[in-house]
Amino acid sequence: MFRNQYDTEVTTWSPAGRLFQVEYAMEAVKQGSAAIGLRSKTHVVLACVNKANSELSSHQKKIFKVDDHIGVAIAGLTADGRVLSRYMRSECINYNYTYESPLPVGRLVVQLADKAQVCTQRSWKRPYGVGLLVAGLDESGAHLYYNCPSGNYFEYQAFAIGSRSQAAKTYLERRFENFKDSSRDDLVKDALIATRETLQGEKLRSSICTIAVVGAGEPFHILDQETVQQLIDAFEIVVDDEGPASEPGAAADEGAAAEEGAGTDTGAGTDTGAGADQGSGAAPMEI
Amino acid sequence: MTKQQANWSPYDNNGGSCVAIAGADYCVIAADTRMSTGYSILTREYSKICKLADKSVMASSGFQADVKALQKLLAARHLIYQHQHNKQMSCPAMAQLLSNTLYYKRFFPYYSFNVLGGLDNEGKGCVFTYDAVGSYERVGYSSQGSGSTLIMPFLDNQLKSPSPLLLPAQDAVTPLSEAEAVDLVKTVFASATERDIYTGDKLEIVILNADGIRREYMELRKD
Amino acid sequence: MEKMTLQDSNQPNNSPLLNSEADSQRTLYPYVTGTSVIALKYKDGILMAADMGGSYGSTLRYKCVERIKPIGKHSLLGASGELSDFQELLRYLDELILYDNMWDDGNSLGPKEVHNYLTRVMYNRRNKFNPLWNSLVLGGVKNGHKYLGMVSMIGVNFEDNHVATGFGNHLARPILRDEWHENLSFEDGVKLLEKCMRVLLYRDRSAVNKLQIAKITEEGFTISQPYSLKTFWGFSAFQNPTVGAEGSW
Repeated sequence: MFRNQYDTEVTTWSPAGRLFQVEYAMEAVKQGSAAIGLRSKTHVVLACVNKANSELSSHQKKIFKVDDHIGVAIAGLTADGRVLSRYMRSECINYNYTYESPLPVGRLVVQLADKAQVCTQRSWKRPYGVGLLVAGLDESGAHLYYNCPSGNYFEYQAFAIGSRSQAAKTYLERRFENFKDSSRDDLVKDALIATRETLQGEKLRSSICTIAVVGAGEPFHILDQETVQQLIDAFEIVVDDEGPASEPGAAADEGAAAEEGAGTDTGAGTDTGAGADQGSGAAPMEI
Repeated sequence: MTKQQANWSPYDNNGGSCVAIAGADYCVIAADTRMSTGYSILTREYSKICKLADKSVMASSGFQADVKALQKLLAARHLIYQHQHNKQMSCPAMAQLLSNTLYYKRFFPYYSFNVLGGLDNEGKGCVFTYDAVGSYERVGYSSQGSGSTLIMPFLDNQLKSPSPLLLPAQDAVTPLSEAEAVDLVKTVFASATERDIYTGDKLEIVILNADGIRREYMELRKD
Repeated sequence: MEKMTLQDSNQPNNSPLLNSEADSQRTLYPYVTGTSVIALKYKDGILMAADMGGSYGSTLRYKCVERIKPIGKHSLLGASGELSDFQELLRYLDELILYDNMWDDGNSLGPKEVHNYLTRVMYNRRNKFNPLWNSLVLGGVKNGHKYLGMVSMIGVNFEDNHVATGFGNHLARPILRDEWHENLSFEDGVKLLEKCMRVLLYRDRSAVNKLQIAKITEEGFTISQPYSLKTFWGFSAFQNPTVGAEGSW
């Protein structure tokens, strides 16, 4: 197999101006099970797909409460995600201790990104193998950020990361313009539908997804399973009534997306096998 | 230049009295809202009562800056506890945490005199009483602060709790009903206000029971 | 402020305990001090008043020190006590606000945040036995919310509808308690502050008749030019204070 000369150290540039170790870390994000976030003016909803690692085990927690006004959903190395969410919790507690007011979301995200960036520039470190969707509310409104291992961060109206997230992104891209004025409940519904898109035809059940909400007058919390199942039941009937309008389209998008993803993501000369797990269920990198 | 100020002290006594009474299924925690320094009143509306968890409430008097630092530290520790255990801390657990926190500063103590009241895991009222460096005891009722010397003997007399020396140990909770306990608290504060210059202005009463948490206020003498 | 060492002039200093105290560098007493600051909430925001004197013991050393300063967009800070410590504190706050502005993200520190920050600074310094020798008054308005609080040298802090430091707590607060109400207009607020400042001027030896009044509302702050109060010293008790006290000088 072809061996890449420039991918053994984080701090080594390739002649093409790339940092392969950092890119590999971003591959880890793509292989984690999907996480989705979307926001209106007042609310942000996070959703994620729970995949058990084995028949015998339960799934790992992928959504963490950081503070009353901030929460994260992760995709990639869950262990790294836990470390970062612990860091975020302690930053929030410290800020609150000094100012007795909540830490603005954007500032926490920058601090987090700076922390991730340091790992891309030190020979004795490795980048975090986790992508975080940070949902939060502050005086400038509701926010949704995506933080990635490279130290880059972006603000989104709606976004999805992790395996087969392209399907969810396609759905979100079709609908995101309505989100701004969405009600909280519609936002949750859209989150569930987007989650279903990533399941490739598998039935959406509350046991395989987690939903969390933060918004005006509503501190960050994870919805309990019964509530989620009720919501799913409610809209699954509606969708059945509407007919298969969205279903086949979504399936087609998904197929294209998977190919597109495999085509563009696999960096030249890398042997990570991105996209190799498509459809294989449990993500190996999440262990 | 000659020295004009007295030697600087890192402590002040901002006064105030606290009382807590535990019943079979309730707990009453009360404190006045006056904050003083020397012979002056700084403010007439400063709450000395701090809700630390769903079922534990702390009332503190002494040096306000230390009390505030203590409250903030406990609040932060409780947040961490919630993140790690996904539940509220129980009152006995908070009592131990408070003791450890106070003892941690054994050689530069928090100048704060606390009573912690709440409901234990069985829903029974509990009161923990402390000294400034963390020694504590679970009791049926207690008073701390500048008026405690006036209030405590009155409570002893009225509540007639079984001696802690009895064997086998008797339950320390008071036999009063919730309404009787609230009335008693109002009486002791009205009395303490008569003689203690650091107690007065307003009484804040927090009542914890199975229904949740409730607050009451009563005006006190302002002189 | 300027650090100084404790050294009792002619006492031999050989006890290790005394030595450790002698080695420590800390403010043992203030040098140049400002006297009371008073402030109150009124209908649209906060009003604050302070005179401009700086006393070196009983010497009037400075006559034009500004003891009320704006902090960010939403807060006013007034200080009594050691003036150099206050000016150092202003440098901390300048940096704090600068970093806050540099985020440029639509969030900003309001009066509550600044007050809490100050409380932490004061309390941390007292924990190090190296206090900033001030009583601070912080007032401001943000998002329609009026805020007025105080912090002492050792970190004691509280909020109230009206506050006063030093002599003001003895002389001005009783007047404020008597006359203050929620719907005070700007004019009435200023009148009330002037009444308090006049009492302080008559009774506080270190007060000077040159003061500033500052206002902060949702629209922003204004700090007045220095001005003086009209006083009347012609009372017979002032002119011949011992006339009714036979047998004294």
